[in-house]
Amino acid sequence: MTAPQNVDASVTLLEQVNRALHRRTPLRIQGGNSKAGLGRPTAGEILDTRAHRGIVSYDPTELVITARAGTPLHELHAALDSAGQMLPCEPPSLGPEATVGGMIAAGLSGPRRPWAGSVRDFVLGTRVITGTGKHLRFGGEVMKNVAGYDLSRLLAGSFGCLGLLTEVSLKVLPKPRQCLSLTLEMDSARALAKLAEWGQQPLPISAASHDGQRLHLRLEGGAGSVAAAHERLGGEALASSYWSDLNEQRLAFFAQGLPLWRLSLPTHTGPLDLPGEQLIDWAGAQRWLKSEASAEQIRAQVQAVGGHATCYRPGLVDSPFQPLAPTLLRYHRQLKAQLDPQGIFNPGRLYAEL
Amino acid sequence: MNILYDERVDGALPTVDKVALLKTLQARLPDLELLHQLEELRPYECDGLSAYRTTPMLVALPRHLDQVQTLLQICHEWRVPVVARGAGTGLSGGALPLEKGVLLVMARFNAIVHIDPAARTARVQPGVRNLAISQAAAPFGLYYAPDPSSQIACSIGGNVAENAGGVHCLKYGLTVHNLLQVQVLTVEGERLTLGSEALDSPGFDLLALFTGSEGMLGVITDVTVKLLPKPQIAKVLLAAFDSVEKAGAAVANIIAAGIIPAGLEMMDNLALRAAEDFIHAGYPVEAEAILLCELDGVEADVHDDCERVRAVLERAGATEVRQARDEAERVRFWAGRKNAFPAVGRLSPDYYCMDGTIPRRALPGVLKGIAALAADYQLRVANVFHAGDGNMHPLILFDANQPGELDRAEALGGKILELCVKVGGSITGEHGVGREKINQMCAQFNSDELTLFHAVKAAFDPGGLLNPGKNIPTLHRCAEFGAMHVHLGQLPFPELERF
Repeated sequence: MTAPQNVDASVTLLEQVNRALHRRTPLRIQGGNSKAGLGRPTAGEILDTRAHRGIVSYDPTELVITARAGTPLHELHAALDSAGQMLPCEPPSLGPEATVGGMIAAGLSGPRRPWAGSVRDFVLGTRVITGTGKHLRFGGEVMKNVAGYDLSRLLAGSFGCLGLLTEVSLKVLPKPRQCLSLTLEMDSARALAKLAEWGQQPLPISAASHDGQRLHLRLEGGAGSVAAAHERLGGEALASSYWSDLNEQRLAFFAQGLPLWRLSLPTHTGPLDLPGEQLIDWAGAQRWLKSEASAEQIRAQVQAVGGHATCYRPGLVDSPFQPLAPTLLRYHRQLKAQLDPQGIFNPGRLYAEL
Repeated sequence: MNILYDERVDGALPTVDKVALLKTLQARLPDLELLHQLEELRPYECDGLSAYRTTPMLVALPRHLDQVQTLLQICHEWRVPVVARGAGTGLSGGALPLEKGVLLVMARFNAIVHIDPAARTARVQPGVRNLAISQAAAPFGLYYAPDPSSQIACSIGGNVAENAGGVHCLKYGLTVHNLLQVQVLTVEGERLTLGSEALDSPGFDLLALFTGSEGMLGVITDVTVKLLPKPQIAKVLLAAFDSVEKAGAAVANIIAAGIIPAGLEMMDNLALRAAEDFIHAGYPVEAEAILLCELDGVEADVHDDCERVRAVLERAGATEVRQARDEAERVRFWAGRKNAFPAVGRLSPDYYCMDGTIPRRALPGVLKGIAALAADYQLRVANVFHAGDGNMHPLILFDANQPGELDRAEALGGKILELCVKVGGSITGEHGVGREKINQMCAQFNSDELTLFHAVKAAFDPGGLLNPGKNIPTLHRCAEFGAMHVHLGQLPFPELERF
């Protein structure tokens, strides 16, 4: 691991954006390229954020960290770890080179998401280079801020299609005092029913996954609550590495084979009868599917229960993200046209029309 | 500088023949209740920011969604501005009507559509009161976490429009963190669903963008919120300090000890004395500041955390630390804080409530700055502070019947907000910009940033008919406002022409 570096390269980034605006040529924004397989392929000159890196400020008692987009994600985690804090949304790296900017742009969250919130929930402020070639600041380093539109949170999960994120301020939290992982033998239908029941009770569950045979749970909180929940739920000990292996897609389930789909579903959705194998995360709200079924079949079934499906196999379908309803797409296009009038930022990465 | 809509700097509004519009609306929406006579319109001339009043052209009180849709379509055709309003409890004038506009009151949409305990969600109409959601969820052991002080009256539609907060934000988040799905009608009367019943949705996060957008991007017609299991137990500690600095340091030390309280509130001497006189909460009136620290969760954890917090408070130099002995005392401790505004109201004929946020470390300096400004403007300021999340509510005491006092209070308020911005904070944490802080937006954002905000608006409402004049100032307004506040010889917005 290289030593942390602190370099403000925003001037260079701004120059590259202004050149692209001048020439009307698109840019393909990338950090560590760890999430390059997500979304549609996008043509354009590569804009590499990694020279613009480093933690700008971090005061653990303020519960806020500010970092440049090109900062390696492991550096952010290391800084938080040394102060006993964490990013509660557990964003996956999906590769050793992952950056903070890519983490925000992809907006992916880990196993704690249903209880702690998503990446966007922890975004407090951003700096962004816009489609008019300006370097602007939105939000800030305070927990509550309702001045103007919430552009910072809008950027989370926007896959770089609305502007170039250069810096982000994130809310962070202390790590839980106790953490205990356990596993219980039960089928997926029963596991989903139990999770719906437990969800209504103040139990310190912070991760819940079912691998086809067993329900895996993580308990986090004070010593008393974790011990009491453990006593009540029973089960056998589980190595805590299960959760990072699940989050980083290192479990055997994710080994190459059939196309991989991510299904995002309402929390209480029961078992979903689709061809192929499934792995349940987020207490049922996120399910990984390995299947040869057609995109149409998967999406129709998922949509029927109020969810959506994302294809994780690059190039398999033209629209890896679930297509938007026509009216909603129209407003997406209008927003893109307003914020990136020349269409230079990651054109087509999210949808062909954007 | 007056904050009522001024077409000269806020932009020209279309002039419409009121009688012709009324006839059209009555013909196309015969069942829609419309108010048009002066005495009927009067009750709607302000929201919770009652110092500013404008009589709307018409007030519409729909009961059905298709009425709202048709009304928006007609107003769009006629180019009539529409100001949406929920319960009208907002403190920033976000629902202040326009003389040339229709006030669209959504309060009659007050049905709880569905509570789903297994999904831990509540789907409600926008006029449902915040507290009514928690009451409806209570039989299932669930509740809706955001709790603005006005929760008995304020509506969830307004909460979404303002991204409302409350005293439990540090642990449980703002409105935006507790929403799953919102349905809106666009300015053209099209239906849009933002978010979904799942935890995320494809495309841009328009749900986040619309939350807190102050009715500028669409009209909220349906809201699905997340519910949480009620914490098993809640305990509160009260600590007294002989200086505000020590109280501020104690707050940082609690966080540094790895504890996230459910609520962490500070009151200064003026505020706590007023609250004690009013509520008899048992506050130590000699203290320069008190902290209220609430811990909630599972009993064993809460007990341990109370001990930890007590130790931190004592080390930080608290002159007294008291834990509420029972639920009645806990409620009394909170009653003092929750009634701090009306309590301060008893000290003075009028008060003006600020809503700036700051990084917590800046607290001692900002409080000193506020005291110095208050002396300059010859007004008293009581400080109530959501210490956990950095949200200050300085209350400026004044008497509107004394010539010039309202102007002085407004000017002092503006200076306090600018001070918050200067230390890296924001002019509003939870009350919104509305009309009230429209000028201070010019201090927080530069003209390029404001231009980008206007571009966002244009993507959803290119004609500028939804709640014009709120939230984002025109560059013209900032040029005029900036001209009055030349700082160190530097004119803000130098790139703009002045008129």
